[in-house]
Amino acid sequence: MLRIHCPVCGWRDETEFTYGADATVRRPDVNNVDPKVWLDYVFMRDNPRGPHKEYWHHVTGCRQWVVVERDTLTHEISGSYLAREVVG
Amino acid sequence: MTARRLSYGGRIDRYRTITVEFDGRSFAAHPGDSLASALLAGGQTIFARSFKYHRPRGLMAAGVEEPNALVHLRDGARHEPNAQATMVEVFDGLKATPQNAWPSLRFDIGAVNGMLSRFFGAGFYYKTFIGPFKGTGFWMFCEKFIRSAAGMGQATTLGDPDHYEKINAFCDVLVVGAGPAGIAAALAAGRKGENVILVEQDHSVGGALLSAVPGGVSDVWLKKAESELRDISNVRILTRTTAFGAYDTEVFGLVERSQDHVKAPEVGKPRQRYWLVRSKRAILATGAIERPLVFAGNDVPGVMLASAVRKYLNRYAVLPGDRVLVATNNDSAYVAAIDLAKAGAKVMLCDLRQKGPKSLFARARAAGIDLKLGHGIVKAEGGKNVRGARLIAVDAKGKASGKEISVSCDLIATSGGWAPALHLWSQRFGKPEYHSNLDAFLPPAERGAFTCVGSLVGATSAAESAMQGHTAGGSVGKLDPLPEEDDFWGRGLLPTTVITRANGTTPGKAFVDFQHDVKLADIDQAHMEGYVSVEHLKRYTTLGMAADQGKTSNLNALTRMASLRGVDVPNVGATTFRPPYTPVTIGAIVGNDHGLHFQPTRLSTIHDWHMENGAETIEAGAWLRPWYYPAKGETLRDSYIREAAHVREHVGIVDVSTLGKIAVQGPDAAEFLNRVYTNGFKTLPVGRLRYGVMLREDGFVLDDGATARLGENDYFMSTTTANAAKVLAGAELLLQAAWRDLKVHVTTVTDQWAAIAIAGPKSRAVLADLTGADLSKEALPNNHFTNVVVDAVPCRLHRMSYSGELAYEIYIPAKSGLKVWEALIKAGVPYKLKPYGTEAMGALRIEKGHVAGSEIEGRTTMKDLGLEGFASSKKAFIGSVLRRRPLLEDPDRPSLVGLEIVGDVGAKAGSLLFAMNVPKKGHGEGWVSSATYSPALKKNIALALLSRGPQRFGETIEVVDFVGNQTLQARVVLHHFFDPEGHRQNG
Repeated sequence: MLRIHCPVCGWRDETEFTYGADATVRRPDVNNVDPKVWLDYVFMRDNPRGPHKEYWHHVTGCRQWVVVERDTLTHEISGSYLAREVVG
Repeated sequence: MTARRLSYGGRIDRYRTITVEFDGRSFAAHPGDSLASALLAGGQTIFARSFKYHRPRGLMAAGVEEPNALVHLRDGARHEPNAQATMVEVFDGLKATPQNAWPSLRFDIGAVNGMLSRFFGAGFYYKTFIGPFKGTGFWMFCEKFIRSAAGMGQATTLGDPDHYEKINAFCDVLVVGAGPAGIAAALAAGRKGENVILVEQDHSVGGALLSAVPGGVSDVWLKKAESELRDISNVRILTRTTAFGAYDTEVFGLVERSQDHVKAPEVGKPRQRYWLVRSKRAILATGAIERPLVFAGNDVPGVMLASAVRKYLNRYAVLPGDRVLVATNNDSAYVAAIDLAKAGAKVMLCDLRQKGPKSLFARARAAGIDLKLGHGIVKAEGGKNVRGARLIAVDAKGKASGKEISVSCDLIATSGGWAPALHLWSQRFGKPEYHSNLDAFLPPAERGAFTCVGSLVGATSAAESAMQGHTAGGSVGKLDPLPEEDDFWGRGLLPTTVITRANGTTPGKAFVDFQHDVKLADIDQAHMEGYVSVEHLKRYTTLGMAADQGKTSNLNALTRMASLRGVDVPNVGATTFRPPYTPVTIGAIVGNDHGLHFQPTRLSTIHDWHMENGAETIEAGAWLRPWYYPAKGETLRDSYIREAAHVREHVGIVDVSTLGKIAVQGPDAAEFLNRVYTNGFKTLPVGRLRYGVMLREDGFVLDDGATARLGENDYFMSTTTANAAKVLAGAELLLQAAWRDLKVHVTTVTDQWAAIAIAGPKSRAVLADLTGADLSKEALPNNHFTNVVVDAVPCRLHRMSYSGELAYEIYIPAKSGLKVWEALIKAGVPYKLKPYGTEAMGALRIEKGHVAGSEIEGRTTMKDLGLEGFASSKKAFIGSVLRRRPLLEDPDRPSLVGLEIVGDVGAKAGSLLFAMNVPKKGHGEGWVSSATYSPALKKNIALALLSRGPQRFGETIEVVDFVGNQTLQARVVLHHFFDPEGHRQNG
């Protein structure tokens, strides 16, 4: 079990969260009509060995989506911040 | 082996004598004994029969590493298999029985397997059951015989009468192991003010100090340290507790055997307790496990580990033999030999080394020990008991060189060095590092938040262990000195654990893994057959895969493999340890999370009324919903047909509080809804509601439901019961990650609102009477809502229909749900209003051709479900691009149709559809998604997805249920069976 730092609630058990998605993928613009763009967004994922960014949902807590920087090799979590605070 | 209880010594309560039973015999025991020590004191030599060859086996160890002495404990519902006799605390009336022996321990017919051992070597099953015989038939024939002959204990099939519980704990420091290192660490950290949890698997703290001769300096040290520890309020000592798992971010799983040491748990106390500990840092002081030497006959009862012999002698006052042969490749066995000699045993010590510490040799000789340097045991003599041994001279590298000599003895105590108990460290970090001077894998002293101390990292004495612990704990306060004991951890070790004749053979079976009966010859054979990786070796020979996970065998197997391959041990690799360190009962893991406690049951606020009025309930996710309300003698089918017909003729009400309800609020709420629904929502006026469809990002249908516009920036969305959580989480992700520019809040209000659907031609009349509001067609057309008051409760009345009837949904503040339901029942009396359940609701929606979860099941598109009309072409929405993928627009895709079943038997959902007169093979051309008897049409109908469905109206097809072995015929029709023009719902 991981312990994940929620920027709102502090350190919490993994069981309070659900994994959501790859946080390095950005949703295309709503009005984009290129199927290739959408296929990439929905289906294409890297499978990095090492540092990675993931969306975790603090679903039984504050219900915020949190970007967790996790090393897929060691499970070490180097940082976390609210999805709504991602720059760009 | 002529073990006996000494009249003095030991850490047992001699003033109390209790009785334990094993194999039908009674044994006297004292509190403080283990089952193993009590039986040993009473002269028991054979404790079990081995796994494969049914060889007689005695005690090898005195602790958690014991591979042989597995027994059945207790009987009836508390019967427990595979208990290690060495780890069982005695209590009066304890009953244990042997396992894996028939007809008896002393005479076991299965021992014939030993004679066939040349056929049962490594890979026997693979070779026999995969090679010459086709398929798995032969294995399936043989399996039950093999399983009953091999194997371990048997579990009871009775329910567990005890309860278990879980505890969540937090601490600054978790210290695992309460030997000198762990105690010193906990003391220092505790004095510093840190919150400490000290875990010890034994019932007493002390670790290896408990194996020392009682009354010595270490006892004084231990008594003082324990007393101070117990006085520090921020130190919690958990005895009878095993830290079995080390997980990421310093989370640990512990199991506390809180009531295993008594006959039955005290009332209200859990048998075991599962601790989930979140720690800031961990100090591992888990010690080391002695390695046995490998030679022919090393499993004969009476061959034990030297440390175990010493523990039986000093802790339990049991002298396991009178004529003892001690065999070692290091210093640590000397202290056992000297203690044995002082207790009156005649001791011969053969040391594989030719050189060693002269002072130790002198002390051994002074104790009257016959010291044989440069000698090893090549064979233990005896069948059910050790009778003697054959020694062989070895050279400086441990290789046999001289001729064999025979000696007589009744106990053999061996030491092949030590293997650190690095299981927890390895679970967390993987591969440890090999240290050739100790012939062992050791964890580093520091890594991450872990500090390893004591024998685990090769500390050479109790004093050094304590010093390491003291430092790791924070060096607070004064560390009392411990004697520089001679219990030197493998000092001056000769890395030889396997003793063969000069030609490399063993004169008899030499065991490496005792619990799984893996012999030296099996490893040699695996090597001959080309096995190189230790992980493959493990699986091929099953070495290290028994319940003990190779605690005494892994390292010996590795070093053998390394020498066969002519490489260093690290090049063979180490196996990875995984939790649990020792077996954990399922009961402890489950705790109270079973039966009704497995997950919460969600109940609507009207639930009690349903129960009082005879409803049968059905689970819908975590919800319990009224399924049908049987009249006397009615079946489910009778009830739902009656209830559905009653709705069409009069009026009915159904509890729909379980619908997902989401408040969507903010200046951009309309824009948000317009993006998540496929149909347009920007134009929805206040006071209106609209049915909408949502897609997933990949273009498949996600959910449907109605959304009402309560105010300019205030919407009330409903979802299906099943998808409520998914829709909300998805909306939150979109708003927080992708569409951060939209000013919208989404909030679940499912639990804040009760909801009741009122359907049937008399529904308007009932509601008009109840609310006094003008509900005429003009005042409240379909898909409009109005605010009403029922019995002083402000409610919202939506006009919308799921059944095809004139129908409404009333939304009520949750706490008043029951009140409004009862008011409806009362107001409905003149109109014959009746409640109906989910089964009738399903029948009504199938008649009307509304899709539900059986159709919106993740593999269907809007086009498949005939919902294309809800897809706006003027705007983008979630899934709007990918839903147009060519394969999803394939005209051959199954799409929604109705089926009228020919005959009186209904179809089963899941049946496959075939054209007439084609072979009924494969997946057919579609499937039945929902089926019911239609009281309105007086026939059996179904919704189905059929390839090119809408082009096939009028065609007769076959409906095949391969599971129920039933074939029906059906006519393909439009899925709106009932009132397709909608006159009734819009009337």
